[in-house]
Amino acid sequence: MIKFEHVNKTFGDHPALIDINTEFKEHQTTVIVGPSGSGKSTLLRSLNLLERPENGQYHFNDLTIDFAKPLSNKTILTLRRKTGMVFQGYNLFPHLTVVKNVMEGPIQVLKQSTADAKKNALNLLDKVGLADKADAYPSQLSGGQQQRVAIARSLAMNPEYILLDEPTSALDPELEAGVLRVLLELAQEKDSMIIVTHNLEFARAVADKILFVENGKILFDGTPAEFFKQPTQRIADFLAAMTFTAISDKANQ
Amino acid sequence: MAAIWHIIVTATPQIVAAGLKYTIPIAIISFIIGLILAVLTALTKLSPRRGWFSIVKAIAYFYVWLFRSTPLLVQLFIVYFGLPYLKVKGIWPNGIQLDPWTAGIATFSLNTGAYCAETIRASILSIPEGQWEAAYSIGMTKPQVLRRIILPQAARVSLPPLSNSFISLVKDTSLAASITIIEMFEVSQQIAAENYQPLVMYSLVAALYAVLCSILSWLQGYLEKRTSRYISPIN
Repeated sequence: MIKFEHVNKTFGDHPALIDINTEFKEHQTTVIVGPSGSGKSTLLRSLNLLERPENGQYHFNDLTIDFAKPLSNKTILTLRRKTGMVFQGYNLFPHLTVVKNVMEGPIQVLKQSTADAKKNALNLLDKVGLADKADAYPSQLSGGQQQRVAIARSLAMNPEYILLDEPTSALDPELEAGVLRVLLELAQEKDSMIIVTHNLEFARAVADKILFVENGKILFDGTPAEFFKQPTQRIADFLAAMTFTAISDKANQ
Repeated sequence: MAAIWHIIVTATPQIVAAGLKYTIPIAIISFIIGLILAVLTALTKLSPRRGWFSIVKAIAYFYVWLFRSTPLLVQLFIVYFGLPYLKVKGIWPNGIQLDPWTAGIATFSLNTGAYCAETIRASILSIPEGQWEAAYSIGMTKPQVLRRIILPQAARVSLPPLSNSFISLVKDTSLAASITIIEMFEVSQQIAAENYQPLVMYSLVAALYAVLCSILSWLQGYLEKRTSRYISPIN
């Protein structure tokens, strides 16, 4: 289980996370929603230490980190190994083929043999529906395919949690569907996932828990059923605005 | 006309021999050493480390500044003619006396290293932040990220400007004539002094430099194509 206690993070004099207290249970899918610039990505990136909060406690199973103290390299690497990350912009390694992108972590970090890493990578590519693209370069793939490779790359490290930072925001709806199908499958397999997204339909479908973040604070922490009942005026406004965005998007097309 | 043709036919093999013996080896050895210096200097300048490492960084900045701010010919003169007068009791009682080869290679390496350091630093900075983050997020250490992810991509970006530096270096080796190295230009000067045909001789050596650099430009194009396969895939 992951637990954040009294976590704070500022960028310059702008507070990005204010007194964050929450937990992420294993085998659950947590969806983090909120307006742009709310701190939801910062929260996610703090979980694998791509961002370093100034203070607060981070519990990862029996490992406890005090953000106020310097972190050892070993702790950072241990935590990153246990958390996979999928980015909005995919960030595949362009100079490596698809299968080598997936093999890179297992070979370099987990010290697997090339044969084992390749076998596992091909299985994962099959799982995300891209077995036939193993020897292609990322530049030869569509955005949706690249994102599915990125998911396979993070799964190859066999992480305890998969963190996804707006994984479908750069994709058109058709390509988005392919990625969501993969994520839905992972959710059904009870992988532990934490997803930042603007896709509320997806959140409603897969989330075991929803966090609503605004101005660096968690304004809602509960089940999707409660969230979509619009427990506060702010959440009602947020949901209405999201719906309006969806409507105007359609009107503009 | 026949006389000129005769000069060209007899002088060309001598100049080419000097090129094979001095110009090309000096350029290649100096560039390899320069590249190693450049990578180390670029990584030092980019490092966020503080403390005692600040001194190493200061040395890196000073090195690049020094060699980019003074003429290469003057650098050669200082190393070859000047350093023998740097007499320090106990360490160098007779000054630092380098043979022309060593002085030439040392100076050319340091000079090209300073320029290439900036090229490599810029190439590393040109790789998107997301590449670092993706590599870190699969648990790689900083040296692993550099070696496996960043430097291979930076190498492709730096290929055109590094080729510039190498082609410049090949021509700059003509300055080695001034420290008694019998390279291509020195040979053509010696022949011109005998046959009183400076226009023919210097045009001939210029043409031979041009042939050499054209081969290098072609090689650059070939390498660019090879290393860019992942960007513009061949279908």
